[in-house]
Order: sequence, then C-alpha cells, then structure tokens
Amino acid sequence: MTDQPDHKLLLDPDLLGPAEVGPSATAPGSPGGSLLEAVDIRKRYGRNEVLRGVSFGVERGDVKAVLGPSGSGKSTMLRCLALLEPIDAGEVRLEGRTIGVRRAGARTVRLPERELAGQRSDIGMVFQRFNLFPHLTALGNVMLGLTEVRHRSKADASKIAGAMLERVGLGPRTNFYPSELSGGQQQRVAIARALVMNPKVMLFDEPTSALDPELVGEVLAVMEELAREGMTMVVVTHEIGFARKVADRVLMMDEGEIIEDGTPDEFFANPRHERTRRFLEAVH
Amino acid sequence: MNFDPATFWQALTSQGFRDGAIIAIALTVVAQLTAVVIGLVVALMRGSGFRILRAIGWTYVWIFRAIPTLVQLLFVWNALPQLFPALIEGWFSPFLAAWLALSLNEGAYMAEIVRSGLLAVDEGQQLAARALGMTPRSVFRRVVLPQVMRVIIPPTANEFITMLKITSLASAISLQELLSYTQQSISISFRFAEYYAAAAIYYLVIVSVFMVFQALLERRFLWTSQRGESGRLSTTLRGLGAR
Repeated sequence: MTDQPDHKLLLDPDLLGPAEVGPSATAPGSPGGSLLEAVDIRKRYGRNEVLRGVSFGVERGDVKAVLGPSGSGKSTMLRCLALLEPIDAGEVRLEGRTIGVRRAGARTVRLPERELAGQRSDIGMVFQRFNLFPHLTALGNVMLGLTEVRHRSKADASKIAGAMLERVGLGPRTNFYPSELSGGQQQRVAIARALVMNPKVMLFDEPTSALDPELVGEVLAVMEELAREGMTMVVVTHEIGFARKVADRVLMMDEGEIIEDGTPDEFFANPRHERTRRFLEAVH
Repeated sequence: MNFDPATFWQALTSQGFRDGAIIAIALTVVAQLTAVVIGLVVALMRGSGFRILRAIGWTYVWIFRAIPTLVQLLFVWNALPQLFPALIEGWFSPFLAAWLALSLNEGAYMAEIVRSGLLAVDEGQQLAARALGMTPRSVFRRVVLPQVMRVIIPPTANEFITMLKITSLASAISLQELLSYTQQSISISFRFAEYYAAAAIYYLVIVSVFMVFQALLERRFLWTSQRGESGRLSTTLRGLGAR
C-alpha cells in the first residue's frame, strides 16, 4: 500500500485534526511514561476472579499483542481499559492521568456515565463481532461518533467519514448497510469508525476471530498500516504471525494474570514460562 | 333473501357513518400513540436498575392487562367523576374518557412489546456506542431506539388494528363512533344486515389503509441500499416475505 506515490495516511492530520499519536507527536503529560497503563487491575464477576492484578504499560506508538487461552481474561482486560467495565481495584492511566474514577477523600469513585463517555472517546475500540450499527450505512456508522460525540456538522462528518472509508479501501461501499458487507469489510468499517475519533490509543479485541480465513488478511493489512503510521495499539489476537511481525511487545495472559511480557523474538524463541511454551505449541 | 341495496348504499354514504368513522380513526390514532409512549416508559422502568421502578412497571402491566377493557372504560367514564368531582364538568367528554381508558389499557400491552424489542437489540450495540464516547441518552436515541422500532412495528401495527376495533366498545359510554351510529340507525329502521354490512365495510377500508401505512413504515426500516431501486410494492413484499 505504501508504495503508491499518492498513498494517503490513515492518520492524516489534515483529516483528523492535530495528531494525537505517532512518532512526530510530542508527548504531553508524563515524559517517558507509558501512554496507556494498567496498574494492578482486579476484576471479579461474582465469585469468579477474572483479573488478578494486571499491570503493564504501552509506550506511545507501540503495538502490544496479547495472547492467551480463551477465558484467560484478555477481553475483560480490554473492556476495563476502555472504561466499559468498572474495575474492582487498580488504576487505568492514560498519558499519566488516572481515568475512569475520581478521588473522594481516601476513596476512589467511578465517574458518572456522562463523564466516562468523554474519556472513552479518546480510546478506540474494535470488537470481535464488529458491532456495526445495522440501521446505518457504512458512512452513517463512521459519522455517528463525529456528530454525536465530537459535535461536527453533518457535512463535515460526512466528508471525514467518506475519506476514512476510502482509506480503508471501502470508498465504493460507503452507502451499503452492514448486512450487505462481508465480514472483512464490516471490520474495516469498524476500524474506520474508531479512527475518525482521532483516538490516542486503539484497542482490538480479537478483530479477526469472527472472520472467514480468506478475509483475515485485509483486516490485518489495515492494522499493520496503522502500526506503521505510529498508532499506539493493544491487540488481543490469536494471529501469531501478526504478533510476531507487527508487535513491539507480546504479552501472555493466563487465568487473569500476565505471565509473560517480552519482545516477539524473546517471546516466541525463548518463552520463560512453561504455560507460554505449551500454549505456543498448541496454537502452532 | 331480504337485503335492500338502496338502504345499504344510503347507510354507506351517510354523514353519520362518515362522522362515526372519523371519530373511530381519531380515537384509534391518539389512544395508540399515547399507548406507545406509555409502553416505552413502562418498558424502560421494567428494565431499570432501580427496584422500585421495576416494581411500578410490573404492577402497571399486571393491573391494566388483567382488568377487562370494557370495565376500565366504564370505570373511567362513570366511576372517576364520582371519585373526582372536577370530572363532572362538561369538558370530560366520552372521547376524552375513551382516550384515557384505552391508552392506559393498551399501554400495558405496548410495554411488553417494547420490552421484547429492547431485549432483541444485541448488547454489543450499546457496547460499541459507549466505546465511541456516546452519552447514555445519545446511545438510546441513535442506536437502541431505531433498532427497537424495527422489531416492534409488526406487533404494534397489530395493536393498531385491534385498537380500531376496540373503539367500538366506547359505544357503551355514548361515544358517537361507528358502532353507536349503526345501533341507533338499526333501532329506527330495523334493517340489521344493511347497517352491519355498511359498518363492516368501513372497518375493512380503514384497516386496509392502516396496512398500507404499516408496509410503508416497514420499508423505511429495511436497512438495505437496494430500497427504491426496484418497484415500490415488490420491494415491500420482498421485505415482508423475508421476515
């Protein structure tokens, strides 16, 4: 894609406004700190402890791949980072600032839904099952956040959304409804829908797991391009190839804990943990 | 056979039938629309996180579904003015009483229909909308409600048609709708077949018009880019058939 001379960036500042991310962006807030940070996050559903103290950071512009067996808490962790689920203990920090809660004396209280909404708009999320809005066209799906959250005019939103859809290769499909698109096309619309919000970080929850094998490539290509342009990403995935090729760090989760965190070379060639080794053997 | 076409035709074209039909349609529309609003509110109460709201919603559906419509109608018209003397005044007309009684009654049924519509919306929809940073209000208006609408249109159209027929109950509280006028005409002429047949024709025509509106409304909620490209009616029928 990048070979074309007239290639347009996914993260085009002319389209999205000043770059929040990418190597060119200057880091406000904590210099040298992680862009997104999980600090000892704990979460339980009833008796089931899903996250048992998860801590890690994602540096600006880095791609973090998260592997692990199903039920290990990967999706829950992403939802907690996206402020879609309240956490029982710990902190989520974006650019060094604790988000999702406010201090009330010694206690921390979850922010009201209205205020959470504002913070969520800086975090892009892509779901396994796409979750496109079936009553809106591809264009309508991508426009909705711009008009409802960013309060852009319909005309502006339509222009930005159309340009973004073109960049993920769906220019001719803007007026199609989700039911008329393939899984791969739907997921690319979902990525465009998140991107137009100009998020500081993108979270992907098994973005290719619901796709037919022949459609996986087109979605991974968009994600790779995003990574190349410097988007900060956390990708929960079963695509070992993607993790190996694109990720800066690979995490292994098991039973609600991070048991391994290394560069792809270390992680795949020489995993420290026995459980990681067994997992990698099983998925290969 | 003793059927006088002239009497039938005269009944069909009479001012009284036309006025009765207009009152029946007007009552149907206002009562059903009010019921949709009540149904939406009660359904949201039943899905609320607050126990008290859930209990109120449940009680509402319980009471207004259990008591026969005719009893509710008679209660509103006869018993309410006894309880609240302000209602004895002239402004409390049979039309207002019927509107109130039929809306309250139908609201209970609509609550269940809307609730089924709310349950039909995939939870991933709210998740995706919230992830975009949309406020709860915005999520409901822009994402949940349009999807609920599509699910509830066929059953609501059903209720609309039922409501038209139920308005005939209001003849019991002296509302001059279709059935009242029919009965009065019969008591003078003793021509049963002609007048009932004329009334039946009116109901048939009105329901047919409702059905056209339903088809048009469903077409708006087809969510396909193909709509309008082929013939209007065939698209509608394909949409209906696909369901």
